[in-house]
Amino acid sequence: MIKITGLKKSFDKNVVFDGFDLTVEGPGFYALSGPSGSGKTTLLRIISGLDRDYTGKVEVSGVISYVFQENRLMPSVSAYDNVFEVCHDRELTSYLLDAVGLPDAGGKYPSELSGGMARRVAIARALSYPHGILLLDEPFTALDAGVKSRIISLVKQREQGKTVIAVTHDPSESEALGCTVIELKK
Amino acid sequence: MKKRAELPSPLRGLIALLFWLGVWWIISLIVGREVLIPSPPAVLKKLFELLRSSGFYLSVLLSLARITAGFFAAVLLGTVSGVVCAVSRTADTLLSPLYTVIKATPVASFIILALVWINKELIPVFISALMVLPVIHGNVREGIVSADRGLLEAANIFNFSRSQKLRLIYAPSVAPYLTAGVRTCLGLAWKAGVASEVLCFASYSIGKRLYESKVYLETTETFAWTLTVIVMSMIIEKLLMSAVGRLQRRKGYDKDHGPEKEL
Repeated sequence: MIKITGLKKSFDKNVVFDGFDLTVEGPGFYALSGPSGSGKTTLLRIISGLDRDYTGKVEVSGVISYVFQENRLMPSVSAYDNVFEVCHDRELTSYLLDAVGLPDAGGKYPSELSGGMARRVAIARALSYPHGILLLDEPFTALDAGVKSRIISLVKQREQGKTVIAVTHDPSESEALGCTVIELKK
Repeated sequence: MKKRAELPSPLRGLIALLFWLGVWWIISLIVGREVLIPSPPAVLKKLFELLRSSGFYLSVLLSLARITAGFFAAVLLGTVSGVVCAVSRTADTLLSPLYTVIKATPVASFIILALVWINKELIPVFISALMVLPVIHGNVREGIVSADRGLLEAANIFNFSRSQKLRLIYAPSVAPYLTAGVRTCLGLAWKAGVASEVLCFASYSIGKRLYESKVYLETTETFAWTLTVIVMSMIIEKLLMSAVGRLQRRKGYDKDHGPEKEL
């Protein structure tokens, strides 16, 4: 459950939220949409606890996993270890790398992966972490149509019964995920 | 435009070396007095004479032992203090003036003070360490402070343990800073260490032999010992940097820490 009441947040003189309220009851798929600068990523950071510089009340119950806008993979270990370091489960790591279409890329370092491959490793890592809430920040950028559809199916299948909040600019993505759209205004 | 054919790098280095040997030789011929500028063949001849004497190896080995002991002690201590100062503002505030003083004080002052404070055989160890310590401390501290904030946020989300953060984020972040520090300090340790041996007259040392050659106006021997220091410094740098490179490759610290490439 996520309950935000009277959220106020600004960057210098730029007010992003001024008394924003949001309640996400129980599991489900939600899409945050809105123009650039409307605070989509900021809202994910506040929900995850990475940004605590705000006023208002934010209540979150459940462990959070996160696919960041940038992949943020650990550069000194392989793709396989990036997932394994999070879940400590060899079987799950292999399964997820296979499921995102990277069965043979586990030994590669992040610097040796293309943008799309690194994105898939970041998604596999987030899915491997035991969580109740999954935050996805533009998760399907750098993915071609075929891979995107495969990843959307994987997320829908594995995240049943959990809360998923995705930032997306593409209405077809939120539709494919079956999301309730939360529109943020600038 | 036509592209110029380039010579391989080692060949270019060799040509540059031969050029400067030639310049040295010409100057020594112009001066015409071995006591002022000995010729390269005379220095090489003296070096081979030294190589045949048993005292040479003992002096080189003991100088090497003293200077490397100081160097590694400073790398260890500098790393610890760099880490402590990166995580504790109090420690950073307390130690910062100390390092500023060490960096600003002339090495000769430290050598003279060390002559009063400690056994002369240990002075080269102390002086080498003192020159290396601030550089390693500063580089390690900088490496930790500049660890990728984004990766640290990811580590917090995925509840990484302290040892995971150290292994996966801080160590790779510190590695290039520490490597640069080690590379800079090797030459520094040698120069300061040998200078302190000259002034403290440490027994069986390159510095002592340099001093003696100066006293007896054996300029050719001074050049031969200087050449020895240069060659030793280069060999040790090559060996150490190759070991550091191997370690970095094994740990994956040589991997690009920039953003993933877009293909």
